[in-house]
Amino acid sequence: MLKTFPKGGIHPPENKITSSKGIKKMTLPKVVYVPISQHIGIPAEITVDVKDKVDIGQVIAKSGGFMSSNIHSPVAGTVTKLDKIIDTSGYKKQCIVIRTDLKDESNFKDTAYPLKTTITLEPKDILQKINDSGIVGLGGATFPSHVKLSIKEGTKLDHLIINGVECEPYLTADHRLMLEKAEEIIVGIKILMFALHINKAIIGIENNKADAIETFKRIITKDDNIKIAALKVKYPQGGEKQLVRALLKREVPKNGLPLDVGVIVHNVGTIFAIYQAIQHNIPLIERVVTVTGKKLENPSNYWVKIGTPITDLVNEVGGLPEGTRKIVNGGPMMGKAIKNMDVPVTKGTSGILVISEDEASRGEPKNCIRCGECVDVCPMGLEPHLLMNLSEKGMYEKASAEDIMTCIECGSCSYVCPSHRPLLDYIRFGKNSVKKMNTSKN
Amino acid sequence: MSDSILYSVLLLASLGVVAAIMLYVVSKKFYVFENPLITEVEELLPSANCGGCGSPGCKAFAEKLVNTEDISDLFCPVGGNEVMKQVAYVLGKAVAEKDPTLAVLRCQGGCDVRPKTTEYQGPRTCAISAMIYSGETDCQYGCLGDGDCVKVCKFDAMYMDESTGLPVIITDKCTSCGACVEACPRDIIEMRPKHKRDLKIFVGCLNEDKAGIAKKACDVACIGCSKCQDICPKDAVLMVNNLAYIDPVICTLCRKCVEVCPTNSIIETNFPPKKVKKVESESEANVESINLKTDA
Repeated sequence: MLKTFPKGGIHPPENKITSSKGIKKMTLPKVVYVPISQHIGIPAEITVDVKDKVDIGQVIAKSGGFMSSNIHSPVAGTVTKLDKIIDTSGYKKQCIVIRTDLKDESNFKDTAYPLKTTITLEPKDILQKINDSGIVGLGGATFPSHVKLSIKEGTKLDHLIINGVECEPYLTADHRLMLEKAEEIIVGIKILMFALHINKAIIGIENNKADAIETFKRIITKDDNIKIAALKVKYPQGGEKQLVRALLKREVPKNGLPLDVGVIVHNVGTIFAIYQAIQHNIPLIERVVTVTGKKLENPSNYWVKIGTPITDLVNEVGGLPEGTRKIVNGGPMMGKAIKNMDVPVTKGTSGILVISEDEASRGEPKNCIRCGECVDVCPMGLEPHLLMNLSEKGMYEKASAEDIMTCIECGSCSYVCPSHRPLLDYIRFGKNSVKKMNTSKN
Repeated sequence: MSDSILYSVLLLASLGVVAAIMLYVVSKKFYVFENPLITEVEELLPSANCGGCGSPGCKAFAEKLVNTEDISDLFCPVGGNEVMKQVAYVLGKAVAEKDPTLAVLRCQGGCDVRPKTTEYQGPRTCAISAMIYSGETDCQYGCLGDGDCVKVCKFDAMYMDESTGLPVIITDKCTSCGACVEACPRDIIEMRPKHKRDLKIFVGCLNEDKAGIAKKACDVACIGCSKCQDICPKDAVLMVNNLAYIDPVICTLCRKCVEVCPTNSIIETNFPPKKVKKVESESEANVESINLKTDA
């Protein structure tokens, strides 16, 4: 039987319409809007000024502390403005606006270098390089990778888990990357295993990506110590805790990290970015984005420069279809509708989903009928109906005691609720309030 | 027959006596001393249990007043100076005197002047929509219009105006308890000193964007032109981040800033209509009527 996590989970329609579309190079955007806060933690500090000429890959905003990340110029061009632009958070945030120099050849250089397998750097230098290259978790959480890799001495670490699950419906960015850059990803895994002195790695892939599993199995040899694990298709298997449970049967403690059970988890996209940074000295300036939607003319996967406005992406796939209701940054389960088309692609954008009227509307919320569906599907073993009530009534102490903070915001509860109750909205709000309450206490 | 009546009366009487003795003993044994001043002070307080003082209710506030040595930093905004004076008299402690305040809404972005650019389908509370994104309009500073302030008002001093989508504060009912100020995720509601005749001048906007962007999002946005600051004879206008703020303590309500504001973002309320204008319009009307007469 295929491995999976035991508690909860759902299986929404997969809708992976772009899984057979190869990753294309996106047309060079004329202007890029690079937000200085594309990661969890402190925003980066801008190091360029208006009218400055910047090279491709040049640092334009420096990491603002340990829990922060460098930001590099995705194009060669001129800084035209330092302005506030609405980003994926829905609020105006500081951005660096760069006009692309269309005559500069470096903008058109192909970054698909030939495979380089020998690792020349020392472990310490590898970690430093990851920090310098501004690499963050590309699965969507945008957690700075160097923080994840800064492991205190004496911590027992025995497994590196590579997250190739991609359990979100519609998205195929990781799937395509695994097919097209499998060898590079294996080298990336070896780099991390070498840097962290881990000798076991497992790549977790859901069974609906059989071709990716096949590709990896063909490449790896016995001495690599890399295992490929096929997983049952179930959402939210891509969550760190769920994946660790599914692959190793280890329970990550609540409020704890996979590190507490000797595991480190990285997304395949992050691994590829690490490979590019270490072997070819390319910082994180572009990523794979799935541009998809049932009504789009030709949805596909693209290599997209960070900071490209979403208008450009939508134009690339044949423009906005009639009857579009929402454009979602990310997948349909965890993604967030964007406020306007000028919102730029950031390091955490794994997909752009264009959904139409009939798919987008939310049902009218009705009373809870105590059916318990939400409790059944919660992968963290919480009681979403209870948490929603508590945060609606402002009982944050009680919500905190009911482990509201362990919620991974997968949205399974809202998905199954027959009364269309906005469970996740209220739980998120409750989490925010509990966080505020805790900070004001300290 | 008479015996059974007698027995039952006696039995009941003796039961009553036993219960009374038990109650007496228990009440003596478990007696809790409560300062009688607490009840006395509580009776003086408005009993609204609004939490405006910072305590969870009037009883808790009365306890705090009685048990704290220095009560000069405690204040009941609903009762105001009058109640606090009585409390001071009862307790024999000094209280601070505060000017009465009033909640004002610093946003005028109704549906007609601030067009909606997106549609929000989530739960209709300001707290959640503010957490998710910047609202249905292009202004990320203004009122979200879901009425969290109205929901928390315990004095029925607020209601949502259906036509504008903005909350309205009923001045006579507002007790300045501050519940709405806390409920608003955008900090739009401000407590400003109450004038005797309820005259008010304040900037009805919080938009910190640059002029063009602010104006595009909302017709009555403060565009940060500094005209009000230049004309103010008392330097009561502060300009921070493209936004004017009128300091209520310095402002003398001369109304010069209201006239120069190009976007009408400065609100004046309860002022009598300007005399000068009236004279002008009257004279114009006179001229017209004279012309009509001559024509006729």
